[in-house]
Amino acid sequence: MSVIAEVPFFWPFDTGSMQLALAAAVVIAACAPLIGVFIVQRRQSLMGDGVGHVAFAGVAAGFLLDVWPVWTALVFAIGAAVVIEILRSRGRATGDLALALVFYGGLAAGSIMVGKAGVSGERVENYLFGSILELDTNDLLTIIGLGIAILVVLGVIGRALFAITLDEEASRVSGLPVAACNGALSVLTAVTIVAAMRVLGILLVAAMMVLPVASSRLLARSFRNTVLFAVGIGVVAAIAGLAAARAWDLEAGGSIVLCASILYGVVALVRGDQQTARTDG
Amino acid sequence: MGLVAETDPSPAAIEAKGLSFSYGGTPAVVDVSLRVEPGEFCALVGPNGSGKSTLVRLLLGLLQPDAGFVRCLGGEPRALAERWRIGYVPQRHSLAPALPATVEEVVSTGRIARRGWWRPPSRDDRRAVAHVLEAVGLAGLARRPVGALSGGEQQRVLIAKALVSEPALLVLDEPVAGVDASAQRAFRDSVVHEVREHGAAVLLVTHELGAVAADLDHVLVMKQSIVFDGGPTELSARGVSLGVHADDLPLWLESLT
Repeated sequence: MSVIAEVPFFWPFDTGSMQLALAAAVVIAACAPLIGVFIVQRRQSLMGDGVGHVAFAGVAAGFLLDVWPVWTALVFAIGAAVVIEILRSRGRATGDLALALVFYGGLAAGSIMVGKAGVSGERVENYLFGSILELDTNDLLTIIGLGIAILVVLGVIGRALFAITLDEEASRVSGLPVAACNGALSVLTAVTIVAAMRVLGILLVAAMMVLPVASSRLLARSFRNTVLFAVGIGVVAAIAGLAAARAWDLEAGGSIVLCASILYGVVALVRGDQQTARTDG
Repeated sequence: MGLVAETDPSPAAIEAKGLSFSYGGTPAVVDVSLRVEPGEFCALVGPNGSGKSTLVRLLLGLLQPDAGFVRCLGGEPRALAERWRIGYVPQRHSLAPALPATVEEVVSTGRIARRGWWRPPSRDDRRAVAHVLEAVGLAGLARRPVGALSGGEQQRVLIAKALVSEPALLVLDEPVAGVDASAQRAFRDSVVHEVREHGAAVLLVTHELGAVAADLDHVLVMKQSIVFDGGPTELSARGVSLGVHADDLPLWLESLT
């Protein structure tokens, strides 16, 4: 049952389930780009996808072992994120190859375990594409807790992470805790994906780490503004996507991500026009 | 590491003895010993593939030597209490073109290790950033995105980032490669300013001594091992021009070996 079910609010957020969905989507859409600004700059835009596919194997393991799938997904996702970071930092594989190795392995393991567990397609789909309109208050509190954790951790390590993202080797020489900060970023990525999978779905959550950042990079001239614009664009996409889902009876997760894609298209067109105009002038 | 005395009354900026390193059986650095004094402006030169960058990575503790030892500012580079006292500009051509960060933001990251990486910037940090931008001639570009700058300006941003922590040792790996003559002059002014104002030791890895020849205290010439270690006048006395260019370098080396 929702604790905010009685709050009067304007359409389309006038029902308890829509209000829960709005709160959860706004928190996720604001927090995912905070992680995304770092992984995009490190050319690991598909990191969220790679980890998400292993999280799917974790969900399947949960079905198989009869454990709450969120816990098993969390264990699998953190493990995958750490493995990707180790492969990348030791130069054993390029960033994209490391992701591909984990990505395909996770998907294959997930499909085998789902088959063995014999669960219904609908239960699997809830994790793959999200079930934002079926959230309860506990889900929302978990998501808010995650959002606070991301803000606190990034508040502490964000500046060092920015320095490391700019120049890992010089940061290491100057004594910054490079491995610890990179590890923390990997774990935050994994935790965000698992917490957000009930909202947006495993297949879509990574998009909210990347798309708002891609848009804000076209607009911002500083790193600070890149972060602020990405959060703002993420939140706008979440609100617009949910409203569209209610208005036209769409899948909410897909609708939010589609709005983020459309926003990127609009920003790219406007920026392209401005740059062309500047060149012509 | 037991070869080193426990206390050194006047620690060198860099001291290395008997350093060797191989990549899978191919020797890159062979039995290198060197000493760079505090406040000294030292150039490390040698042709492509002579092991200069590998030596720099050994000196900074980024690689572990197969044999020998290194001390920077009196301690092992990876175990120094104040590692921010070493400023380092790695070999590269430019920053990522799409980097959404201003000159000021990039340079500010150079203060993070000094103040404590978990702390927000203080007034002193902001003052130091403004001062170093002034010193390298980038004050007017502080709010510009680094991606919009020329190659030479980007190099100065990276040097400013290394200088802003007021290091006691500055290591620059080919900072003027691929930049024009005016950018090289601006670079020279920045480095000389740092040496004069803060007494920092500078180890400059370069192909081209021309831009800094008049300011050097010490030259090391390398071809896997050190083939010359002395002052610039001594090098000139051996008939070697300091205005040497990268293309001439192998010939130039012949006269030393």
